[in-house]
Amino acid sequence: MIEFLSQPWPWYVAGPLIGLLIPLLLIVGNKPFGVSSTLRDICAATLPKVTDYFKYNWKEKTWNLLFVTGIALGGLLGSTVFKNPEPIAISTETKSDLNQLGIQNFEGYVPSDLFAWENIGFSSLVLLIGGGLLIGFGTRYADGCTSGHSIFGLSILNWVSLVATIGFFIGGLLASWIILPLILG
Amino acid sequence: MMKNLKYLLFGTIFGLILYKAEVISWFRIQEMFHFQSFHMYGVIGGAVVTGMISVMIIKKKNIKTIDGEEIKIVPKKFTKGVMIGGVMFGIGWAFTGACPGPLYALVGAGYWSIGIALLSAILGVYLYGIVKNKLPH
Repeated sequence: MIEFLSQPWPWYVAGPLIGLLIPLLLIVGNKPFGVSSTLRDICAATLPKVTDYFKYNWKEKTWNLLFVTGIALGGLLGSTVFKNPEPIAISTETKSDLNQLGIQNFEGYVPSDLFAWENIGFSSLVLLIGGGLLIGFGTRYADGCTSGHSIFGLSILNWVSLVATIGFFIGGLLASWIILPLILG
Repeated sequence: MMKNLKYLLFGTIFGLILYKAEVISWFRIQEMFHFQSFHMYGVIGGAVVTGMISVMIIKKKNIKTIDGEEIKIVPKKFTKGVMIGGVMFGIGWAFTGACPGPLYALVGAGYWSIGIALLSAILGVYLYGIVKNKLPH
């Protein structure tokens, strides 16, 4: 058990465990699995309600706000008590691709060449702020993210979620192959 | 509040899985978009298959919630936004190496600069709320 908790989990453990959250949330509270709607709840709870989009009773979503608070706690637990060995064993091809973009340090979960405070420069901010804005805007425009569409939506066999997932991948491929090299090159 | 507290626990489990399976790693996301490892496809695919089987069983056996309620599953509806917003989201996913769940998990794990991305994502939703009625849906 200790051995298991101190090693990275393979996909065939993590995938099914994540999938089991779907029946768990449904059976325990009749709740759909989905993370990105909490970003809207945070807006509704903290920012001026400038349009109707934010005029609803966000308190009914308290359960989901607690869920995402838990996600952060899980990250904290992982990075302290149940730490994984680093650097992550990503493929050598990926490493050499990223080397060409000026990424040398593969320690940790995010590239410190880009996202460590002392290394934050213009291109880091483009990625963090631009990426964040696109995530927020895009996920509400598409009515879901990886959890709500790609995992929950596909699990209930909704074709709309398949369209969304294909869209996510078109965007990701475009960014990973073309835009990132332009920004970092 | 008390009756909602269990969701804090479920979220913690989810966050820990995301951490332990390295799903919140920027490197893993680049590797996925470069088709250089099966790992991320295995995680997402494994979750979908497990979820799909679970939902099938719930429907077939007419399983109720623990409070005896009928389980309601509401599919999301199609709009043009599913495609346009989907592509925008995908670009953000590759930029930050994180989707919304991992954004929370990374901040929790002490990657503070990712907080900039999380705040920007909240701002992005706010902007969407402002211009929503002018967009094609």
